[in-house]
Amino acid sequence: MTTMVSADTLDISFPEVDYLALAPLLIVFGAACVGILLEAFLPRTRRYSAQLVLSVVGLVAALVTIVMNVGEDRPAFAMSDGSRVDAIVIDGPGLFLMGAIVAMGVIAVLLIAERRVSAGGAFVAHAAVAADSKADAAQARHPGATEVFPLTMFAIGGMMLFCVAGDLLTMFIALEAFSLPLYLLCGLARRRRLLSQEAAMKYFLLGAFASAFFIYGVALLYGYAGSVQLVDINAAIAASGNSQVLLLSGLAMLAVGLLFKAAAVPFHVWTPDVYTGAPTPVTALMAACTKVAAIGGLLRVFNVAFGNSGNPGGPSLAWDWRPILIAIAIATMVIGAILAVTQTDIKRLLAYSSIANAGYLLVGVIALGQALGATLFYLVAYGFTVLAAFAVVTLVRDSQGEATHLSRWAGLAKRSPRFAVIFTLLMLAFAGIPLTSGFAAKFAVFSSALEAGQTSLVIVGVLSSVILAFPYLKVVVLLWLSQPVEDAPAVSMPGFMTGTAVTVGVVFTVLLGLAPQVLLNIVDGAGQFLAK
Amino acid sequence: MELYGPIVVLFAIALAFAIISVVGARLAGPRRFNRAKNEAYECGIEPTPTGPGGGKFPIKFYLTAMLFIVFDIEIIFLYPWAVAFDSLGLFGFVEMVLFIATVFIAYTYVWRRGGLDWD
Repeated sequence: MTTMVSADTLDISFPEVDYLALAPLLIVFGAACVGILLEAFLPRTRRYSAQLVLSVVGLVAALVTIVMNVGEDRPAFAMSDGSRVDAIVIDGPGLFLMGAIVAMGVIAVLLIAERRVSAGGAFVAHAAVAADSKADAAQARHPGATEVFPLTMFAIGGMMLFCVAGDLLTMFIALEAFSLPLYLLCGLARRRRLLSQEAAMKYFLLGAFASAFFIYGVALLYGYAGSVQLVDINAAIAASGNSQVLLLSGLAMLAVGLLFKAAAVPFHVWTPDVYTGAPTPVTALMAACTKVAAIGGLLRVFNVAFGNSGNPGGPSLAWDWRPILIAIAIATMVIGAILAVTQTDIKRLLAYSSIANAGYLLVGVIALGQALGATLFYLVAYGFTVLAAFAVVTLVRDSQGEATHLSRWAGLAKRSPRFAVIFTLLMLAFAGIPLTSGFAAKFAVFSSALEAGQTSLVIVGVLSSVILAFPYLKVVVLLWLSQPVEDAPAVSMPGFMTGTAVTVGVVFTVLLGLAPQVLLNIVDGAGQFLAK
Repeated sequence: MELYGPIVVLFAIALAFAIISVVGARLAGPRRFNRAKNEAYECGIEPTPTGPGGGKFPIKFYLTAMLFIVFDIEIIFLYPWAVAFDSLGLFGFVEMVLFIATVFIAYTYVWRRGGLDWD
């Protein structure tokens, strides 16, 4: 009973803080905090331009500091006595993931800020007002909500932190920091309020459940390893003295939480409803940035803590979790692809395609270190294409708002051929046709998975991509060869911001298809996660 | 296992206290019920009227509860810092100022947006 210590005997040593390493995160979170103050003190008419400038400048500044950090792998905190503090680890893959999230975040912010396509923007201020009530009708008549900007910045900051967190508790904080704003953002659509609220509610309830699994897994792993740091867990596995029950059940629960965010089967059921109900710019943010963060987190956890790559002599835990993850990856690829075939709504189709793509990304996770670069490449290629695709979805409108039902898209090429060409290119990229980024990405992931010996996964992956190509090509045929419906929706002229989003997405899709080597060199240069 | 001895004793005392209070009050206490006695929570303030089966109640209570939790959490972090204030020194002070500043940002937003007004 002598564990009580009085304050004057405490010997506390402080970490050296590497502020350059923290700068990207500090800038994004700082910009989010300033955004809240702008919301509080600026008059309503000035908020929009101030928030937009603040968000874009903040993200660009973060991107600059990320580039400045390239080269030296290190934890952001160092203790003078040499003990490890791995709360935030700055390494090549982490910086690349952060950079990808920020670059896609800029595009997503531009989509969120667009106000010319639908006058006043796609958002309302209060998510919880009952749909179709008087208050709800009033807030739909007075659009111009700007809370979305700080919320988006918090979400992006959380995703960045998720990719560089070197211990499981920091990772959990980051998970909540990006999940909570996303739940709210889903409920802010100005049109189809009820669907939007339903999406927010479903995402919140299931997401909270997944978070509970994650934190329970963290607790069990702490019980096993006596530490929440990924490197310590790896060391404990190598020593292999403790209860395997704690380790395996902890790992399983942790994986449930992570796979939920990545939308892998059987943790995918929220994806179609949430992607459909959420405002389309927010769906774009989730499909691009959240996917990067979730897969980035999976990559770091499995590579650093459970891959045992640092201890070639020790027993490899990968033998235990690989069969299960392989089953999940196969189910994700096949079920995502098959259900995509039956969809009649473009947002649902893209949601199921996002599930199938989570499967291809899981192939990269399973292959561990050898496929790390290819997986990073895939994330960027898929992210920019999906951003552009959702940007185009926001443009096809009739009097009811966005016309997302595919039957309404029939024959749109006759009325707006330029739009049809762009969307066809994006669909071909999703389908993995050569000379697009989709082909280069799939080729990179599958070939490195083959090198890692995952032949069965690659066979299933290729077969499911063939199935998945069908719904994409169906949309293309619908656009070009079908007769237009009577009151066909019009394709709005994109404003500057949506125009930029589409242009950047298309340019990346083409460039990464024609010259993938440029980005492949960068991901190879990023090296491996800091595991020692 | 020795470490857990005091905890087991504590649990036993807590359990005994609960049983003795409930059983003792039932045996020794007078039973004179009136309206105030039958309320769910006796505190001298009239409870908010609710419809049958719980009914609806204003969402403002929820907002108040949320704000309470924010400041509650702030206090939870302030106490350990206050206990170890001397050893934490300037580093701890700056960290706490940063922490309180971020909570304060949320507070100003709530204040400016009317979250503290009841009506």
